[in-house]
Amino acid sequence: MEFEYKVEGGDFTNAGSASSSVKKTLKKLNVDPKITRKIVVALYEAEVNIVAHAYRGDILVKISPEQINITLTDEGPGIENIEQAMVEGYSTASAKVREMGFGAGMGLANIKKNTDQMNIQSEVGKGTVLSFTNFLS
Amino acid sequence: MDKPFYHALKIDEELCIGCSHCMNSCPTEAIRVWNGIASIDEDKCIDCGECAKVCPTTAIYVEEDYFDNIFKYRYRVALIPSVFVGQFPENIKASQIYSVLHKLGFTHVYEVERAVEVLREAVWDYQKEYVDEYPIISSFCPAIVRLIQVKFPSLVDQIMKLNTPSDIAATFYRKKLTDQGLRDNEIGIFYITPCAAKIASIISPVGIEESAVSGVINSNSLYNRVYREIKNETGDICAVPEPTVIHDYKLLWSLNRGESRQAHGRTLAIDGIYNAIEFLEMVENEEVTGIDFLECRACSQSCAGGILNAENRFLIIERLKKRIERNNQKTSDYKSSGIREYKDFLASRIKLGDIPSRSMMMLDADMLKAMQKMKNSQKIEKELPSIDCGACGAPSCKALAEDIVKGNATLSHCIFIQNKLIKNNEINLDTALGIIRNIWGNRSVK
Repeated sequence: MEFEYKVEGGDFTNAGSASSSVKKTLKKLNVDPKITRKIVVALYEAEVNIVAHAYRGDILVKISPEQINITLTDEGPGIENIEQAMVEGYSTASAKVREMGFGAGMGLANIKKNTDQMNIQSEVGKGTVLSFTNFLS
Repeated sequence: MDKPFYHALKIDEELCIGCSHCMNSCPTEAIRVWNGIASIDEDKCIDCGECAKVCPTTAIYVEEDYFDNIFKYRYRVALIPSVFVGQFPENIKASQIYSVLHKLGFTHVYEVERAVEVLREAVWDYQKEYVDEYPIISSFCPAIVRLIQVKFPSLVDQIMKLNTPSDIAATFYRKKLTDQGLRDNEIGIFYITPCAAKIASIISPVGIEESAVSGVINSNSLYNRVYREIKNETGDICAVPEPTVIHDYKLLWSLNRGESRQAHGRTLAIDGIYNAIEFLEMVENEEVTGIDFLECRACSQSCAGGILNAENRFLIIERLKKRIERNNQKTSDYKSSGIREYKDFLASRIKLGDIPSRSMMMLDADMLKAMQKMKNSQKIEKELPSIDCGACGAPSCKALAEDIVKGNATLSHCIFIQNKLIKNNEINLDTALGIIRNIWGNRSVK
């Protein structure tokens, strides 16, 4: 099964709507609550990343009985140094974003922690493609 | 196999007019109307009582023990929560209320909140021990525990595995009486409940094998008995073994912020079932971080808002606070019930066992089948008008679509679809009326 969502940069009020929707779907599909939790936490972090840093983005969620794969493609500034961005606590978020309680620099590290596979590709000035997979059995 | 879940909320089929108010107010979409009568899905019901609140004919009622059941026991303990006393006007002294309880047949009166004396320390110890599962969600409200089991299965590990004041109080008091030489099987402990969820948690407890409470009496029915006696009272007050002068935080434990104010760290208190659902969604997504302790209560204004209280929730709170002020002036009268001396004995009882999740959201236990059902239900949903009129006997178009793929309803239950079917000559008007009659009963189509 596939689901698509759109994310607008800067729209913090709606950040989390894709993860909430995916969560409802996974509960209906009887996916193990612990795995559901990990996927939802990872997706929420990724969603907020687009809202906080990019202009807009698309989320593609693919669900099969074996695995769940989520790809987030955004148009945005891209990530200069992915290795550095993966470090817990490192953040390029603006003061405004931090004021709203986001931008603690835990995003990518938290996504990695909650997923079985993670892949990130980025082009500075163009955007980022983040893809992650959780196995269901 | 799990034991069946007992629910205290029942529907009186004689009184039910199938109006669907309850169906539309149920937070877990557990109610459907069929044959003109509401029915509750036992797997989804969390005993929050929202349905009983909106029922215009009082057809939804809370099952209780017959009052005379107390006389099956030689020693009869009334276990009363502070909100019970809070219902009475201030000029009625607690000692007067307890005196009437004796007159009605109870041999002992014990206040639930006295158990908070040992529970608060257990909460602090628990907070120290479980630093990884944040926020810790209080186990106090049984409707919230059930809500998490059913709707937020990934949060069950975060429920604080500590027992409720009522069960700790009952365990202590039973032990105290047997230590005085009374025989265990001659002691009946009756909890005076402000809500349906408490009854369910006593009959089908979560995290313990069996409740220490022997029976339950509804707050409103006992209030009526007691108030009547007080009104007709001659003024003589009989001896009360344990008079109340609880004058501190303990008395407020069951009200908003009663627990959260006492817990350590950054704490938050949520009341109202829909507020709780909204917040738990966020907790589950880890959208909120840095909260150490979460107090969640299903009723607005917590236990003061329990559906079985006879008095208005805000008056109960005001009166309880005034009682504290009054009791504060005579703190020298405060006599400990001795629960602290039983701390070691109670230690094992205070800890709860595992709280299992029992997700009721799934379309099918088999994922492949669930995926197929989801695809079908999405297709059906597109054909439905999405106005959630409820004329099909389900609370929303989405709920009907899911009922259809689960085999519990058919597309023709939708009145919009029926019109289409009539136009296409697939069914005639009589068939359509028959369907409506099946859902809403004979009253609906005269």
